Amino acid sequence: MSPPSAFESLRLEATPLRAALPAWHARAGVERLREIAVGVAAKGGRLAALWGADERDRGEGFALHLALVVDDATLWLAVPLPPERPEYPDLTDVFAGANRMQRAAYDLVGIRSTAADQRPWLRHAAWPADIYPLRRNFGLESWYGNDVEQYRFVPVAGEGVHEIPVGPVHAGTIEPGHFRFSIVGEKVLRLEERLGYTHKAVDKLFERRDLVGGATLAGRISGDSTVANAWAYAMAVEGLAGFAPPARALWLRALALERERVANHLGDLGYLGNDGGLAFGLAQFMRLKEEWLRLNGTLFGHRYLMDFVIPGGVERNIGRHGCDEVAAQCAAIALEVGRLRDVYDDHAGLQDRFLTCGHLAPELARQLGVVGLAARASGLPLDARLAPGFEPYDRLDVAMKTHSAGDVAARVAVRFDELFESLRLLQAIVEGMPLGEIATPFNTVGGRGRGLGRVEGWRGEVVIALESDDGMIRRCHAHDPSWQNWPALEHAVIGNIVPDFPLINKSFNLSYSGHDL
Amino acid sequence: MLKLLRQIAVTGIVTEPPPRPDPTLRLVEQRLKSEVLALFTGSLAIRHVDAGSCNGCELEIHMLTTPHYNLEGLGIRFVASPRHADLLLVTGPVSRNMETALRRTYDAVPDPKLVVAVGDCGCSGGVFGESYASCGRVSNVVPVDVAVPGCPPTPTALMQGILSAITGRARG
Repeated sequence: MSPPSAFESLRLEATPLRAALPAWHARAGVERLREIAVGVAAKGGRLAALWGADERDRGEGFALHLALVVDDATLWLAVPLPPERPEYPDLTDVFAGANRMQRAAYDLVGIRSTAADQRPWLRHAAWPADIYPLRRNFGLESWYGNDVEQYRFVPVAGEGVHEIPVGPVHAGTIEPGHFRFSIVGEKVLRLEERLGYTHKAVDKLFERRDLVGGATLAGRISGDSTVANAWAYAMAVEGLAGFAPPARALWLRALALERERVANHLGDLGYLGNDGGLAFGLAQFMRLKEEWLRLNGTLFGHRYLMDFVIPGGVERNIGRHGCDEVAAQCAAIALEVGRLRDVYDDHAGLQDRFLTCGHLAPELARQLGVVGLAARASGLPLDARLAPGFEPYDRLDVAMKTHSAGDVAARVAVRFDELFESLRLLQAIVEGMPLGEIATPFNTVGGRGRGLGRVEGWRGEVVIALESDDGMIRRCHAHDPSWQNWPALEHAVIGNIVPDFPLINKSFNLSYSGHDL
Repeated sequence: MLKLLRQIAVTGIVTEPPPRPDPTLRLVEQRLKSEVLALFTGSLAIRHVDAGSCNGCELEIHMLTTPHYNLEGLGIRFVASPRHADLLLVTGPVSRNMETALRRTYDAVPDPKLVVAVGDCGCSGGVFGESYASCGRVSNVVPVDVAVPGCPPTPTALMQGILSAITGRARG
């Protein structure tokens, strides 16, 4: 397979990665980093992930890694950095989303960008500034006393400006994070997020596991996206080891991924109604979600489908009877959601809250590198399920749902549209699923290995980059789409009133745990 | 409006009976006297704290207030501030970055108070365990009355845990 023309013009020695989605790997000196980044951006490409690695035990210094996506093809770019001065040029002017990823790479590995913003991101006060947990000589169980953190929020000055600090413990049942609002009267002048509260050493824990054992951890990176993460992880392992799961396993994975998408959309549509003042919506959608989860429990043995996707295939089969139950439930839920959409669309009070609220313009979304559902609601046609040759989605004729308005109403509309499309896909999956084995026995691989997984979860694309050494995980970086989308939320709330923040926030519904790792 | 009312009428009531308390979920004996527990019965305020979970437990905690489980029907409700709470429902593992926030939240709950640790991570540290970034189980940071295992625990198990926390006889 030859690399796409976009990569060829970058003058790179790209080698194809064995992967379910088209992917290449290349190395480049740090002096070429900016030129390549600018070249990718000029071709309409984007930064999908950025992370660091310590290779000093191999005599290779440090490494900066980038996952760059152009036209559905991923380029995994490795940039070696010298051990005595691991520094690389700032990329935030090319890819705005790089800012926090660069700061996190410094916190964990100690490789430094030349950016002006050198504030810590995932490091709060649990370990000192000159300690880097992902260095290979750092012990997982190292323990430092909690220091007092002094994070420098960007000050906003002017007549009548004041701050509202919110979190990390929020008023509702949600994950922890801090929001610093600078407001005038009721209007938000600026929002600054402070995340990292749920950092729990995921990347470091991966290094203790073998390639099979990594799957249970991948499934717990973000509980609402366990299928997306587990599939991306399995895809990385399978590419690394050079084998493909049986066709039926891929179809069963798609069945699980779409069921995860529907479950989350049902819940979010309920909460969006509730946050807009329509408690009826919450009660109705959560009733449907509970019925949905119960069938998951019956068929998959787990309400959220944890540990269903394993390297090599899936953990259990769904028989003919189960397929019939899925089809029947999809038909029933489609009718119910249709009725509820009528109620939402006709409800003047709700539409008044949704329309024009939390606006993210398409051009801004593109500049910020926004992905997933939020991108599609701002007119960006991004959906990793449409990657060429990606089984089984290439047989299912996936209809990508987009909207151009970029407001809360658009994100609600995209959720409804995607929900109906997923219900259609599920019916097509249970009808067209081939017979056969559900897993290929997995043999461990010796020597160095490298694999990449990319899966369109309900929130957006999950990327997992995996490197192994004699069957053990050497480095596994899991990238949640929330990395790109959290900064977009800061922009979307500008000029809105503070009481609309919960509604805008829910319309994005981003992950803390998946981001904080 | 008619569509909305029709939908309510068609749906009817789907709430199921609550589970019985399970004393085996207790880590420590009931600390509260029966007179205090009598006040909690039918009027318990819960503050949830995510101290570092993967969000899986939160998904099931959400389900507690939905029609099938209807926790509020038992007089148990979620409140926005720890100062209004009788019981903390804590998911874990407790990340180092949430350790201080959890302690402060615990201190902000007025006495007498109860703590229920949620999920395998809240009970034992789970797959995350103890590390430079994680304190592990909830009871490593604040006193815990009842621990509900599961990854994540079902809504029924969570209800059982909460009901177990407000039952039992104090020693002496």
